[in-house]
Amino acid sequence: MNNERSQTSSVEAVKPPRMRIGVVGWLRANLFSTWYNSLLTLVTLYVLWQVVPPFIRWAFIDSLWTSTGEECQAVDGACWSIIPANIRFIMFGFYTYSEQWRPAIAVVVLVGLLVYSQYRCNWKKRLIYIWLAGLVGMGVLMRGGIFGLTPVESTKWGGLPLTLLLSVFGLTAAYPLGIVLALGRQSRMPAVKSLCVVYIELIRGVPLISLLFMSSVVFPLFLPEGVTVNKILRAQVAIILFTAAYIAEVVRGGLQGMSRGQYEAAESLGLKYHQTMRLIILPQALKIVIPPSVSILISAFKDTSLVVIIALYDLLKTTQSVLGDPRWMGYSPEAYIFLALIYFICCFYMSNFSRKLEHQLDTGR
Amino acid sequence: MNQTSPNQTEPATADDAIIEIIDMHKWFGEFHVLQNITLKVARKERIVICGPSGSGKSTLIRCINRLEEHQKGRIIVDGIELTNNVKNIEKIRAEVGMVFQHFNLFPHLTILDNLTLGPMWVRKVPRKEAEDAAMHYLEKVQIAEQAKKYPGQLSGGQQQRVAIARSLCMAPKVMLFDEPTSALDPEMIKEVLDVMIDLAREGMTMLVVTHEMGFAKSVAHRVLFMDYGQIVEANTPDEFFDNPQHDRTKLFLSQILQ
Repeated sequence: MNNERSQTSSVEAVKPPRMRIGVVGWLRANLFSTWYNSLLTLVTLYVLWQVVPPFIRWAFIDSLWTSTGEECQAVDGACWSIIPANIRFIMFGFYTYSEQWRPAIAVVVLVGLLVYSQYRCNWKKRLIYIWLAGLVGMGVLMRGGIFGLTPVESTKWGGLPLTLLLSVFGLTAAYPLGIVLALGRQSRMPAVKSLCVVYIELIRGVPLISLLFMSSVVFPLFLPEGVTVNKILRAQVAIILFTAAYIAEVVRGGLQGMSRGQYEAAESLGLKYHQTMRLIILPQALKIVIPPSVSILISAFKDTSLVVIIALYDLLKTTQSVLGDPRWMGYSPEAYIFLALIYFICCFYMSNFSRKLEHQLDTGR
Repeated sequence: MNQTSPNQTEPATADDAIIEIIDMHKWFGEFHVLQNITLKVARKERIVICGPSGSGKSTLIRCINRLEEHQKGRIIVDGIELTNNVKNIEKIRAEVGMVFQHFNLFPHLTILDNLTLGPMWVRKVPRKEAEDAAMHYLEKVQIAEQAKKYPGQLSGGQQQRVAIARSLCMAPKVMLFDEPTSALDPEMIKEVLDVMIDLAREGMTMLVVTHEMGFAKSVAHRVLFMDYGQIVEANTPDEFFDNPQHDRTKLFLSQILQ
């Protein structure tokens, strides 16, 4: 008892001196510790003073939120009115105007599914069925044609549903394909191995734009007459093939980080190759490569905007079209800031999720 | 050591061999790592293999469950010959437990899951049954209270005991130990050796590569001395330590038992 007390008092004795804590202490330690740090602090404050108040005035004080394009020309500030006035076209493109509640519900369902799937306690077999049901539901909503819903051609799809469709399915399909390619590249069978190497190097050697062009221009030439493959599907496949090659290399890095001992321990228990991979090697290897794979997924998500070059109306293209409208010409900063915000929210969510996942999967090795 | 000598459990006669190695050779590239190995291990026999580093002791026991491939000669385990037949290799591996120098527990699984993985996926034992068996073996190695922890949270000695329990969960007919105490801090060696001595007393067939000569003396039926990829000498522990035949054995013993 005595002993404990003397220990606590000695712990108290080594608390930092008062001078070093509190606001003043913090300022002194972090902003004004040396003369050049002080200088840098002052310069930064000056720059912020020059930039921030004018931006706030432009964005919030002098800005208009609900007006027509003409009214906007009278003010100096931002013309945010471009967003609410055109929100339905930006979000849904040329989708039949009266039916736009359908893609709206589809997006809500998709986001709901994504949010639901992020919790590990929901990672059960049931999740697969929920996703299948969700996908069928979204397909019915988007296409129509049954249950008295007016059919809407996929050529009319656009905006946010298209962007989410291309990225969510692009990423979820690319990841398993990438894993298969990475395992193939490590295979001892020469044919499998060289096939995977050729595939990965070929795909990584060309830009995504050229793949998209090929899918939209070259690929149809090889199809027999009368057969057409949906344009969105072709773009989707191009995105999947492209992303998978990058995922494959990242996963291969993770596989190489595994020690020989893990394989040997699994094999000496009598596990088969696919069991060893599924139960022992991949769970560990994929955990190691969470940060680089999320980087790839984020950049793939943003790359889906490249489908504008094959005339698919994704979120970026619908926004650009609005800017082509004479009534709203010249308000591109506002439109692009809005667009950037949507992309940022999605990407930030992804990287946040990955950090959380990494933390949860940490078993303290 | 404060127990009755495990040597009281006698091995079965030599013609009831569980492992038979006949004129086996192995090369690493040009290097002839195992030369002309012939060895019969009877059921319930305990063999300690010692020798200088690089003499091929580990490679020898790794050949028995095909972690290394031999290039010449025959290896027959429990009536099944080791060839390129994958089915046979898996069958033999399920019957042969292996304990590694560096434990090689699966760091992403809890201790309990480490133990139930083999029985559930290889032997198709239902989860409940596998968990009961796992807890039984964890109690046996005196570590049951750690079942829900991850390997990274355990000390080296505890990890090695878990590794032994993991092998036991497969109810193996033979246990191979590849320098099980070499990576441990001195104060943890005894807890692992005690578990191995318990195992010996129960009549497990064991092949142990180790430098623990005390263990060899008290537990082994036979001690094998290897050098330059050959079995130089094989004898009972008493004969081996008191009356070594070969010059290289004498030299090795003089170095190790100063």
